[in-house]
Amino acid sequence: MAQFTTITSHAVAIPSNDIDTDQIVPARYLKMTDKAGLGAALFADWRYNADGSPKPDFILNTPVAQGAQILLAGDNFGCGSSREHAPWALTGFGFRAVVSTSFADIFQNNALKNGLLPIIVTPDVHAELMALVAKNPGSEFVVDLEKQTFTLPGGRAVSFAIDPFSKTCLLKGTDELGYLLSFERQIAAFESAHSV
Amino acid sequence: MPRTLFEKIWDSHVVAQEPGAPALLYIDLHLIHEVTSPQAFTGLRQRGLKVRRPNRTVATMDHSIPTINRGLPIVDPMAAKQIQYLEDNCKEFGIPLHGMESKHRGIVHVIGPELGLTQPGMTIVCGDSHTSTHGALGALAFGIGTSEVEHVLASQCLLQHKAKTCEVRVEGRLAPGVSSKDIILALIAEIGIGGGTGHVFEYTGSAIRALTVEERMTVCNMSIEGGARGGTVAPDDTTIQYVAGREFAPTGAAWDAAVTRWRDLPTDEGATYDKAVTLDANKLAPMITYGTNPGMGMPITARIPDPMDLGDLNQRAALDKALKYMALQPGQPLLGHDVNVVFIGSCTNSRISDLRLAAGLMKDRKVAPGVRMLVVPGSQDVKNQAEAEGLDAVFKRAGAEWREAGCSMCIAMNGDQLEPGQYAVSTSNRNFEGRQGKGGRTFLVSPLTAAATAIAGKITDVRTML
Repeated sequence: MAQFTTITSHAVAIPSNDIDTDQIVPARYLKMTDKAGLGAALFADWRYNADGSPKPDFILNTPVAQGAQILLAGDNFGCGSSREHAPWALTGFGFRAVVSTSFADIFQNNALKNGLLPIIVTPDVHAELMALVAKNPGSEFVVDLEKQTFTLPGGRAVSFAIDPFSKTCLLKGTDELGYLLSFERQIAAFESAHSV
Repeated sequence: MPRTLFEKIWDSHVVAQEPGAPALLYIDLHLIHEVTSPQAFTGLRQRGLKVRRPNRTVATMDHSIPTINRGLPIVDPMAAKQIQYLEDNCKEFGIPLHGMESKHRGIVHVIGPELGLTQPGMTIVCGDSHTSTHGALGALAFGIGTSEVEHVLASQCLLQHKAKTCEVRVEGRLAPGVSSKDIILALIAEIGIGGGTGHVFEYTGSAIRALTVEERMTVCNMSIEGGARGGTVAPDDTTIQYVAGREFAPTGAAWDAAVTRWRDLPTDEGATYDKAVTLDANKLAPMITYGTNPGMGMPITARIPDPMDLGDLNQRAALDKALKYMALQPGQPLLGHDVNVVFIGSCTNSRISDLRLAAGLMKDRKVAPGVRMLVVPGSQDVKNQAEAEGLDAVFKRAGAEWREAGCSMCIAMNGDQLEPGQYAVSTSNRNFEGRQGKGGRTFLVSPLTAAATAIAGKITDVRTML
């Protein structure tokens, strides 16, 4: 998994609430058998015309999306299907953090396993960020995972929560499987106690 | 201390937990399918790992398989490759597979309970959000991502933070024409699609007790559409009778011991939930969605809400966007609205009881001219049963397409899909933009409402046809 320490980037706003994983990556892109290459499928139905040409007014097709590592999205981001293709598509495009007021459970789990940081802010801060990005699209933000802060251009830092385990995994860039397998003895003991 | 059903299952499956870390939860049954597993097997291979418990893993293929022309090679090369991968992976890692030729193949959430693999008190996961379905039998079942599929394959455990609990109490009796699908659509309309986030639902109350296990599956299936990780119903006589005699159900002394364990699972008197919601079954009408998420639902006789009546500006924008996509107007009734396609199927409503309800209404009636109707049984077993009962003949005489088992037009990965702009009435679980085909528009309903609508050719209150 990609390590996450700090990022400094401008943000792209897709303000809709309840953006489901079918929008993040439509089901017809789920037939692939590897993880790479899904960045091009990110928000495909909002991003491309029927003939495959980009819709010029969709934000990911505009210059501001170039190099953006932060996605600012509406409430309940990532609801719906469990497809991990959603964070694969987001990271494939270049995003490293998504800021919202809330995330669907499975999406949040999947994101954390792919070096994509879900940042939950209050509705007030969220509204302020949306307004700021609308006014100054190039505004730069700093995400510091160690300090758990999201810093606005003026220098004001907003803190965010993350469970300590996921934080450690992200900071080190290690995935969870090694940790799980270190419990071999306990798993075997559980299995023998439960005649599994 | 009194405990809930969820807490009992949780407690008995925690293998280890370190301070500040999630628990290792032992997984009794891991279901896999072709779409969310290939990358997990690749991960195992890269690390040189084996599948820890192939005998606790069961595979099937359901999402990308065609539902017609089964004897022929699969036309879509990517789907063919994905299916081949699953076959190869199951062979290499020793996992039982209900493949294309299996008489038990079908939608993963239909075959699990049908074969008796799903049992009360189990922990069950699958790389599919509708794994919540299995909670209908008193199991703790939820969807996971592909990284987690790899974790479970390698360790038979999952790292999990303990969810909160929410009691969904449904008291009363459903009126004729109102079904378990209407219960869950009404609940989601009430709490919203994020209303259950972080929680596992336990459905309780007289209306839930009165449901068959298959009907409970429909309710639990869509728990995820309310944002919940899982949905459960405490096991009772109905559950135990359902499991008895199924292929993978315990037998003899093991059965007796299992039943004794299952009898201890229901939530203790005095146990508390983190949250509670109630619903009055007596007041429920057939439900329909009008928007682009399952929370945008209403009684079928109601009128579409007006975004301008919503105080929250984000919600107003969401409804406005949804109605534009659906090409519907605020204040408009849906009764009488034309439809192009009727789909009966999906892990929500493709079981034999769903097909019986629909066929009961369609007997000696015809699908309206200009309407395409697909009936897609949830498994080959369901299909065979339906054919033994002559239900296929009812559908075919009515002019519907009778297909092979699979996810089909619920997720539109296999070529069964809407054309842009078409309206579908569907017994599936998601009405997201493009879910049933790019540009397609979905109304979610019960099998009865779907059948009534197919006959009339427009959205119909089934209660007028009973």
